[in-house]
Amino acid sequence: MTRAEIVDWATEVCEDLEFGAARRWISQGPGRKAVGYLPVYAPRELVRAAGMLPVGVHGGGDRLEIIRGDAFYQSYICHLPRSVVELAQSGRLDFLSAVLFPATCDVIRNLSGMWQLLYPKLYVRYLDLPQGGEPEMAADFWREELAVLAGDLGGIGGVPATDDALREAIAAYNAARSLIRELYRARRDAPWSVPTEELYLLLRAGELVPLEEFVARARAYLAAVEADPGRVRDRARVVVVGSFCEQPPIGLIKTIERSGCFIVDDDFLLGNRMLDEDVALAGDPLRNLAEAFVRHSVSNSTLYEPDPAGKRRLIRDRVAAARADGVIFASASFCDPALLDRPMLRAGAEQAGIPCIAFQFAENTGQFQQFREQAGTFADALKLWGGA
Amino acid sequence: MKCFVGIDLGSTTTKAVVLDERGEMLGRGITNSRSNYDLAAELARTEAFVSARFQLLQREVERAAGPGTLTRLLRAFRLEQMLVQLRALRARIEAEIEKSPGPAGRGALCAAVGGIFERLAAEEEARFLDSDPPARSDFFRDAAGSAYARLAEDAARVSRAGVTFDALLGLYDKCIVLVENEPLELGFREHIGKALDRVESGSAVRSAVEAAITAPLDVAATVGTGYGRARLPFPKEQIRSEILCHGLGAHVLFPATRTVLDIGGQDTKAIQVDGSGIVTSFQMNDRCAAGCGRYLGYIADEMNMGLHELGPLAMESRRPVKISSTCTVFAGAELRERLSLGEKREDILAGLHRAVILRAMSLLARSGGIEDEFTFTGGVAKNPAAVRALEGLVAENYGARRINISPDSIYTGALGGAHFALRGAAA
Amino acid sequence: MADDDKDRSMLLQKEMLAEHYRRLEAAPETREPVVYTFVPGNLTELIRSFGALPVLPEINALQSAMRGKSGAYIAAAEKSGHSEDVCSYVKCDIGMLKAGNVSPTGTRLPKPDLLLLSYTGCYTFMKWFELLREEYDCPMVFLQVPYQGDGEQSPAMRAYVARQIRESLVPALEKATGRRYDEDRLRENLGRSAAAEDDLVAVLKSAQKTPSPIDAYFGAVYYVGPIFSAFRGTEEGLAYYRALRQEVEERAARGQGPSTPAGRLDDQKYRLVVEGPPNWTHFREFWRMFAEEGAVVVASTYSKVGGTYDFGFRHDPADPLGTLADYCSGCYTNRNLSSRVDMLARYAKDYGADGFLIHSVKSCNSFSAGQLTILREVERRTGLPGAFIESDLVDPRYFSAANLKNRLESYFQMLAARRAGAGVVA
Repeated sequence: MTRAEIVDWATEVCEDLEFGAARRWISQGPGRKAVGYLPVYAPRELVRAAGMLPVGVHGGGDRLEIIRGDAFYQSYICHLPRSVVELAQSGRLDFLSAVLFPATCDVIRNLSGMWQLLYPKLYVRYLDLPQGGEPEMAADFWREELAVLAGDLGGIGGVPATDDALREAIAAYNAARSLIRELYRARRDAPWSVPTEELYLLLRAGELVPLEEFVARARAYLAAVEADPGRVRDRARVVVVGSFCEQPPIGLIKTIERSGCFIVDDDFLLGNRMLDEDVALAGDPLRNLAEAFVRHSVSNSTLYEPDPAGKRRLIRDRVAAARADGVIFASASFCDPALLDRPMLRAGAEQAGIPCIAFQFAENTGQFQQFREQAGTFADALKLWGGA
Repeated sequence: MKCFVGIDLGSTTTKAVVLDERGEMLGRGITNSRSNYDLAAELARTEAFVSARFQLLQREVERAAGPGTLTRLLRAFRLEQMLVQLRALRARIEAEIEKSPGPAGRGALCAAVGGIFERLAAEEEARFLDSDPPARSDFFRDAAGSAYARLAEDAARVSRAGVTFDALLGLYDKCIVLVENEPLELGFREHIGKALDRVESGSAVRSAVEAAITAPLDVAATVGTGYGRARLPFPKEQIRSEILCHGLGAHVLFPATRTVLDIGGQDTKAIQVDGSGIVTSFQMNDRCAAGCGRYLGYIADEMNMGLHELGPLAMESRRPVKISSTCTVFAGAELRERLSLGEKREDILAGLHRAVILRAMSLLARSGGIEDEFTFTGGVAKNPAAVRALEGLVAENYGARRINISPDSIYTGALGGAHFALRGAAA
Repeated sequence: MADDDKDRSMLLQKEMLAEHYRRLEAAPETREPVVYTFVPGNLTELIRSFGALPVLPEINALQSAMRGKSGAYIAAAEKSGHSEDVCSYVKCDIGMLKAGNVSPTGTRLPKPDLLLLSYTGCYTFMKWFELLREEYDCPMVFLQVPYQGDGEQSPAMRAYVARQIRESLVPALEKATGRRYDEDRLRENLGRSAAAEDDLVAVLKSAQKTPSPIDAYFGAVYYVGPIFSAFRGTEEGLAYYRALRQEVEERAARGQGPSTPAGRLDDQKYRLVVEGPPNWTHFREFWRMFAEEGAVVVASTYSKVGGTYDFGFRHDPADPLGTLADYCSGCYTNRNLSSRVDMLARYAKDYGADGFLIHSVKSCNSFSAGQLTILREVERRTGLPGAFIESDLVDPRYFSAANLKNRLESYFQMLAARRAGAGVVA
């Protein structure tokens, strides 16, 4: 497949609010089922091991008119749950046999409760992600939770998840995560060859189709990048922080890069890269998955930071790893995790002399003039006066 | 006859409705709201009784002298009211000049102001004689204000004593508020005599008028309502919440109504009522401009258009643009961006109208949905593009619903209040 | 309300709080260790068993608001980079810190020897203490209390909490206070807690009478103050609840209602169940809007944020760590939406309510996200009309008296009209 074909495919999949790809997969085999999950992190391996398709529910973005969803939320709550409720109320999620709600924030947490009231026949589970400074206890707890979830999913899918099936799933997702790390590395090393909008669409499409389809296209994309990286360009290198849950519209991502920046690291669709090391395969797979999450999950605003210097160090470390010049704090309006973290992260950045700007968006923001100006000015300043 | 009065102190306008013993509307009045609540209520009430008197008069005069006479008589009456207010404003301004004459000096200012008011009065007389004058606002402040500004420009231009436009306008701004908050005699009885003189009517008309003046209209009960006022100019027993008044008023206008949507200038209400017009649930938006008339006002300003021109222009749209911003402020930015990209004004406007209505749909959903029949009231209900957007969204989301819109809908709250007065007296 | 209009219990708890702040001010000299923690999941018995004094930043924030100081604190926090969109408790606390860490009663607040992050029912708590850790540069220990996603606490959840207390909290407390874990002392504290809880529940349940001798929302703020803050498990706490119960029982025997900012409310026209925290910046004004209309609150969910005792739970000295886990799990904000709906519906029935009301606060997503669904469900289940009003916890900019009064008056008139039947004005 050519690069253009892959991007077109990804765009089509992402823009399809009927989740056609997932529905097609279900129709192509007897007894097939799908399980939806909300941002940020869900253990998709368990869904796969139970023979079902995990489907990322990231909201309706800027393509969905909200009519019913707003009736469920006061004005000071972010946009994501409105569009998720809209998708559900309009029947677009009726192909899901279960929905998982991870511990991202209280809005997602309570959304799980709303789902139980609105759809009492559907399996709903709140994933109380392990937190805290004691990895041993946290891993023990999480392993037990994963076991309960695996058992429940087995019941829904009709195929209990055996240890072998779990190991297979873990291996498959290890490979996918590795591939994603490759893509991010390629972009970091030669950002002109991997426009962020393309990378983004690819990853987002990957959460809506069977893993194999994603992997094939991601590999093909990587090959296309290596074959024809394009003209080297010199632009300001920025890290975008804060968009791990409610996603910005594609227009915003394009705007940032067209304003003179290369995004060389970000936390878009963070769940895809939550585990930054391969999960071990030998031994108890659930234990391994639990340990991997507790010990090797990427530092982010939704999880407790046990290291007192952790928040201050985070931006400095990421900027250094990405060889970036500056940071753009871009989060959804009303996003508690991102906005509460921002003062600490920003203080750390400023302490390390890293230039930053900040703005807020909604997933359905329709015009980008102000972002264009801010990002453009920032890019100019970085080029003129240097970065980190 | 016994009559029942309802008064609604809104944020922009104050309305009053007078009912007879059978609950039929006798008259209604409206004035712009102002800081002296007692006065605003009194004025609206006066207007309602004027309107009631003219209703009574109408039958008699038309029988005696045909329909044209009544129209002329009403216009003569309005002229008299206008002249009283102009005299009061002039007096205030002259008193103000006495107090602080400014650089141009007392003499020059008085001369300039005197000239302006003479011309204003002359223009009013001319307007009366014109059989088809141009439309203008019913409210003194608006009508007088624009004429005064125009004449003040002329006066400043020709002044050789250094009288400035700013000085003249400053006087107006200061005194108009004072005039609005002082009691004036504007009632039927006070001015109908002079009005009759102006139209040179015969004895048949004068007898008809005498009958209309003397017919007893005894107020048996009054109910007032008003948004969030610290103090309403009525005793506590006479006050009902504006939500309840609005619900009952809508029920009176359309007895089969179960859901009411009111999009006012500054707030939006979604109300569910039962078969007797009693409210069963409601939701309000009174903090956010999006979804209120204010939103359209903001757009009109942005586009340099009159508020009443927005709807008709939006109706010309063939390809409505989707506006994603829910916030009024951002909608303005989005509007500017799209205009600069060459999108058609009517298409953008159609999208903006839809955005307002979408907010109202959310509020309705929160209050319990849209039951048959559905009544749409408030200033925005006069906007054809808003109505079209609403019809579409209702049909898409709730199916067939009969949508009621009354030309009298601005009086809904006052009407409900008057009916509470009637019901209360009956109890 | 002048002091002589207040009940004796209100004055008593005010004194207790003032005394506590004085003691905190003296802590650097008396060498009493200081532990900061949160109201939901507050392990006062454990903290006190180490001879340490608890500080509850939430209570500081609400007290600041009641004394008119929160607006300036929040402005200071926003100026230093905190977002408008986040919880006003946090910003009020940060602002108070920047203004010299002076307590609401004017005393100096001591720095924490330990931040005990009891992660119970509220995501923002985590961020709050991460921020405070940066400010104070002191030790922090984390207790994860799993959320009752399925409406109950599983054995695994219980074991996890108990284990964290044993293996994480106790060592941290030992280190911070220099004392050893004293289980006997803990058990004693737990025993006193249970006794006080009996009295508190008797007080809360007195609202089932007509007229109700208490207001279970505004009035309850004073009743739960000691048990949610520094006094559960203490002798003073025990004495307070004994006195409170007696006071309420006497009032009930006389057929009297509670004292309110609008005087004693004996003529109670509307009995309401209320969901959501109160507003603190205009607390009395807000209360007056209810009292003046003859509305008394007979049950509330907010009075369970620091622990739910009216469905049978008592702290159990026989199983210290397990009971602390049970306590934490049952705090109101740790319960799922269905449980909250159940609680409201049950209260509406048990307390003979005429209606229920949701007060939604901008700051708190834990309470607020999903309240519109709760509104619909409770209406459906009880057939009672629900009111929905909005303001904030401690940011005075979000309290609009006109807005609230309008909605409340409309709601009460609606209730009256319903009661009277069609066509007649009550």
